[in-house]
Amino acid sequence: MANEPLLEASGVVKSFGAVLALRDASMQVAAGEIVALMGANGAGKSTLVKILTGAIRPDAGQIRIRGRDHRVHSPAEARQTGLVPVYQEPSLIPDLDVAANLRLSETPVEPFLKWVEELGISGLRLDEPVHRLPLATLRILDLARALASEPDVLLLDEMTAALPTDLVERVLKVVRRQCELDRSVIYISHRFSEISSLCDRATVLRDGLTVGTVDVGPGSEERIVEMMLGAPVKSTEEIVRATGQSLPVQTQETPRLRVRNLSSGTKLSDVSFEMRSGEVLGVVALEGQGQDELFEVLAGFERPTGGHIEIDGRDVRFHHPADAIAAGHVYVPGDRADALLMQRSVRENIALPFYARPARWGNINMGAEKTRVDGAIDRLQIDTRAQGEVQRLSGGNQQKVTIARWIAAGVRTLLCFDPTRGIDIRTKREIYPLLRELAAQGSSVLLYTSELEEVQLACDRAVVIFNGRVVDIIDAQDADEPTLMRAAYGLTNGSAGERAGDNAEEPRP
Amino acid sequence: MIRFLRSHYWLTGLFAILALLLVLTKIIQPEYGASGLDSLARAALPFAFAAAAQTVVVIAGGIDLSIASMMAVTSVTAAVMMDGSSEQYAIFVVVFVLCLGALMGTINGLLIVLTRVPDIVVTLAMLFVWEGVALMILKAPGGAAAEWLKGLLVGPLSIPGIPASVTVWFPKSLILLAVCLMVVWIPFRRSRFGLSVYAIGSNSLAAFRTGVAVNRVKVGAYAMAGLFAAMGGLVLTMSTGIGAPIPGPYLLASVAAVVLGGVVLGGGRGGLLGPIVAVFILRLVRTDLTFLAVDPNITTIVEGTIMVVVVMIGGLLAVRGRRS
Repeated sequence: MANEPLLEASGVVKSFGAVLALRDASMQVAAGEIVALMGANGAGKSTLVKILTGAIRPDAGQIRIRGRDHRVHSPAEARQTGLVPVYQEPSLIPDLDVAANLRLSETPVEPFLKWVEELGISGLRLDEPVHRLPLATLRILDLARALASEPDVLLLDEMTAALPTDLVERVLKVVRRQCELDRSVIYISHRFSEISSLCDRATVLRDGLTVGTVDVGPGSEERIVEMMLGAPVKSTEEIVRATGQSLPVQTQETPRLRVRNLSSGTKLSDVSFEMRSGEVLGVVALEGQGQDELFEVLAGFERPTGGHIEIDGRDVRFHHPADAIAAGHVYVPGDRADALLMQRSVRENIALPFYARPARWGNINMGAEKTRVDGAIDRLQIDTRAQGEVQRLSGGNQQKVTIARWIAAGVRTLLCFDPTRGIDIRTKREIYPLLRELAAQGSSVLLYTSELEEVQLACDRAVVIFNGRVVDIIDAQDADEPTLMRAAYGLTNGSAGERAGDNAEEPRP
Repeated sequence: MIRFLRSHYWLTGLFAILALLLVLTKIIQPEYGASGLDSLARAALPFAFAAAAQTVVVIAGGIDLSIASMMAVTSVTAAVMMDGSSEQYAIFVVVFVLCLGALMGTINGLLIVLTRVPDIVVTLAMLFVWEGVALMILKAPGGAAAEWLKGLLVGPLSIPGIPASVTVWFPKSLILLAVCLMVVWIPFRRSRFGLSVYAIGSNSLAAFRTGVAVNRVKVGAYAMAGLFAAMGGLVLTMSTGIGAPIPGPYLLASVAAVVLGGVVLGGGRGGLLGPIVAVFILRLVRTDLTFLAVDPNITTIVEGTIMVVVVMIGGLLAVRGRRS
């Protein structure tokens, strides 16, 4: 049959414990076709990629290559069937040199070097240890290695995320040429511009389900965004009313936190924004756009490589998280395991910041500690039935403990990184009003969230970060999910980006 | 040449320290010469094999706490088997004991891979297991070693046609060490297996994705450690003429040599020569301090200090190298 698909996956199911990562995923790729695989964070893209490449086994479902069953148990076997992936993170062995890496994967050297040249890297030394090469070069070498094995199906997962523009152009050109040789490409990217210039079709995943396939063309972006989001969620207005938007802000006052041209490492290139006291400011970004680095810098874990942080109009430099904490600038990480002492009690966890300040030596004043801890527990309504060990608390209650700690210690700026990740809906509904209440009492909250609806539920404004830069600042009432999603994918027109820049750069008396 | 020195700065540094120590020894003890070298090499021999065993496992990203116990098992096995048997039979004993070592190592590796218990726990448990096995084979030091085997370690090499004044500087034990290590190590470094051992130690996820059979390679690395440990056990029996069931101080010494030898404990980086040179450095420090009649307790303090200082300097150099 002439148009039998080269690769066909249908009814793929995979669960990890109680979590159903893929419910019913399917996709088809014809020979000479470039298909985009799309989906929001956590839709199951990477699980599907791992199944296709043999890194994990599906619970159910069928995958066929050229009409034959594709049952692979390791990446090596997948490679033999002609499916070669380039993963999101470099997969060359850092301590070996380039030549040894090629020998390890049994890649022929001549075609490899030809592709490296073609992809725009010159002067590569084969005896260079891989860990000395820059990230962009590593990505190119990964791709060149994959191309050198002449794959039938090339799978590119966020290939261009770490590349400068000129290299991206080269990559796109080379990928495009693959289909002239009747080879196929599965292309995963958050960048719509690349997808519309490169791909024939897009398969969209949502909550582990293939919701459809779209022919890529003019106007298909909107449809893809819609499919990724699913049916519009029920009106959020009631909740907004229940939590209460904050008071109108006086623009004349000095902002609590002012960030100017902040940069850190390769991910965070230029971020500027302002946050006033009494404000909940949302941060919206796709995975890996620099938001992790932004929070790490603000919390004093990392020193910025450029830019300024001002608190209440004064330039600050944090050399240690303790400096940030002393300034009332505290961090609630996304992974609660990073914040809590899991084997210790609720009480100790909340009181930890008191112990951490060696300003006074000698005995800890148990009475004063108890009052403040109890106050925080009461206020957050933490379920203390299992307070002996924090690890026995539910995720929601654990998250409350991480916040309670800072309320007890005294907070002026709360940096929350995805605080509702993996929390049941009831506790979520308790956390939004709590953030609003903190803001109403004069604190500021910077809230990164991977759930876009939270912006309208809890925030006053949202900063959208794409590729390490602020691309847009949106008021909460305008921040419906499609708007945020478009902005997060870098789809806002140039003027919006400039507007955001202007906003932040606006000189203040 | 400069490029070689830069990429092997650690090894260069170790050789410099060794040379310095030899000069120092000559100053402290002017009559230190060929015979001193001979006894140094003989003392260092079991430590060198223990270090080689540990090196392979550490490069693969693991650690083996059972090396000294495996040496004890192979040592007593060889001594019991050779007790009262013919000189020719000893050839079979050597082969058998080497296989036994590889088998013990394979068991260690399989346990780690199959049970998924951390390597440090498994090999700690096996430390006791192999110790028990050694005591079951031989309750108290005893047994014997073939004369020709003992002869392999004593005195300098004699090659017809080369004057004794030259060969006296090449102790047999040193040559034996070099030959044994090279016979295993050179093919290892050139094989895909060797490359895979470095790969899984460096980044096992990337190695898996590159198509390396991570678990099989790990078992292989432990088997190789068992083989080197067996060589160490044999050498013990050869040098003392008996087998001793109680493990010697080789475990911690092997870890020390690995660290001092520039093998990164996290895996993936380092070679065999570094730890071997480190063994000689640590032995020579001991000799020098004995010559100086320093309290033996201070000797261990000095050894510990050297280790921390060298690794610290190495770390600083690495940071500087990355910046430039």
